[in-house]
Amino acid sequence: MFSVLGAGVAGLCVTTVLAERGLPVELLSDDSIPASHWAGGMLAPGCEGESAPPEVIIAGVKAVEWWSSHVPGVVRRGTLVVAPPRDGAELDRFARMTTGHAPADPATLEPDLAGRFARGLFFAEEAHLDPRKAMAALRDRLTGMGIPIRQGQPRGRIIDCRGLAARDLLPDLRGVRGEMLIVDAPDVTLTRTVRLLHPRFPCYVVPRGDGRYMIGATTVETDDPGPVTARAVMELLSAAYTLHPGFAEARLIETGAGLRPAFPDNIPQFREAGGRLHVNGMYRHGFLMAPALAEKLADHLIRKEKHAS
Amino acid sequence: MFYDVTPVSRLFLGTAQYPSPAVLADAISASGSEIITVSLRREGAGGAHFRDLLQASGCHILPNTAGCHSAREAITTARMAREVFGTNWVKLEVIGHADTLQPDPFALVEAARELCADGFEVFPYTTEDLIVGEKLVEAGCRVLMPWGSPIGSGQGLRHEDALCSMRAHFPDIPLVIDAGIGAPSQAARAMEMGFDAVLLNTAVAKAGDPVAMARAFAGAVESGRLAHEAGLMGRRDMAVASTPLFGMAALT
Repeated sequence: MFSVLGAGVAGLCVTTVLAERGLPVELLSDDSIPASHWAGGMLAPGCEGESAPPEVIIAGVKAVEWWSSHVPGVVRRGTLVVAPPRDGAELDRFARMTTGHAPADPATLEPDLAGRFARGLFFAEEAHLDPRKAMAALRDRLTGMGIPIRQGQPRGRIIDCRGLAARDLLPDLRGVRGEMLIVDAPDVTLTRTVRLLHPRFPCYVVPRGDGRYMIGATTVETDDPGPVTARAVMELLSAAYTLHPGFAEARLIETGAGLRPAFPDNIPQFREAGGRLHVNGMYRHGFLMAPALAEKLADHLIRKEKHAS
Repeated sequence: MFYDVTPVSRLFLGTAQYPSPAVLADAISASGSEIITVSLRREGAGGAHFRDLLQASGCHILPNTAGCHSAREAITTARMAREVFGTNWVKLEVIGHADTLQPDPFALVEAARELCADGFEVFPYTTEDLIVGEKLVEAGCRVLMPWGSPIGSGQGLRHEDALCSMRAHFPDIPLVIDAGIGAPSQAARAMEMGFDAVLLNTAVAKAGDPVAMARAFAGAVESGRLAHEAGLMGRRDMAVASTPLFGMAALT
């Protein structure tokens, strides 16, 4: 029996994959809110290539299929990347540093952006989902499979997916603060993730349906978990306003600040430490990399079991 | 040279915007930099883990007041930096304009005066203005850091003649070109002109391969300095044949 600790995106994906592989598993969930609760839910391996290494991109490409086959609500309409006219150099740089894109007329893809951006980049293979709904769907799926989800003490061998709470056993794990907003913007119609490039205040807008949008996200090298700062709200909203003036009339439904667990290279991984297995360091890549890491972990466990028998 | 520190490398590196702390550490090591600058206005007390990683590089830490828009904010941030890093060094930035990130020379001089009096060793981020430079020196600064061009712009040395004047005007004050350097050739040029060092961040941090770019800048800074010390030839309007023509033997 394996006991997965932590019901964020890492713990849910690991439990799901182990259960699918026929390994006995339980999921231990406490009341803490996982970092993935505030995630954007972009499945954008191409765009992440701007700063992430190839292994994240390779794992990420498979993530779109994985999520599509496991939860409802994966929207496969790609990602549109634009930049304000004076930051055209940012768009060129982004194009140089990423793959899987083609030049696109923003107005053709998103008519609401007509007249605002002359050119854009389209990452057609990318997708997005609503992290909260997706995680709830995975929980329901596990329950449907008869996998226990409970609080309390683990009964089996521990697989630690507690995110930043595992710092007690992973001293090189740090928190990287991210701040996000959810707005209700009935005047804005965007059907796919749109990224606005800016040298200082980049942002992305992910449609959540029914006129709601998630606007994210800051990346600050601090593990301060306090509420979102006024500066973050101003920067994110002014970036969103640059994207579409309709955001000025939006209702601010929610602000959030979370701490992304990250290893020094910002790459998610599984490793053994403190006598248990860990899947951690999801950083900005939780939804992108958790499925691939979970599969890798399952391969590892099955291989070990074969050796033992 | 820079207060009581005389580094071998004349390249100072910023630590923001890297893909990861691991890439940053590799870039620092490839650059040979011994002085790195770190912001803490936004990160605050919670940025301890990241700062520990920077201190593990073994470099001198030059805390900066990036993001401060008033003398008061900058002074408070400098005092916090002194506690956090246990150093009297501070790269003093007081931003006058949120869009151009141009320094506010009035608030800069005011903050420099107070911090120098309080025992700080101040590295002020300033323009090429000579009078502002004089006021900063008068306030107690023993290093000046004029911009090459606006922060992050990569425009290089936008007012080269004015920077030459500044170099001539402050022969005994270490001068560090602080912002706007986008390419190794620009860094080399600054060093050829006799500046004592260059400080840069974006050009390395946002390069496709930051570690390789750090190495490129290290080479450029070293070459430029070597050329300055070796004595550059002057420009001429006309070609100068390297062998005399007049009086050559006619061997036919």
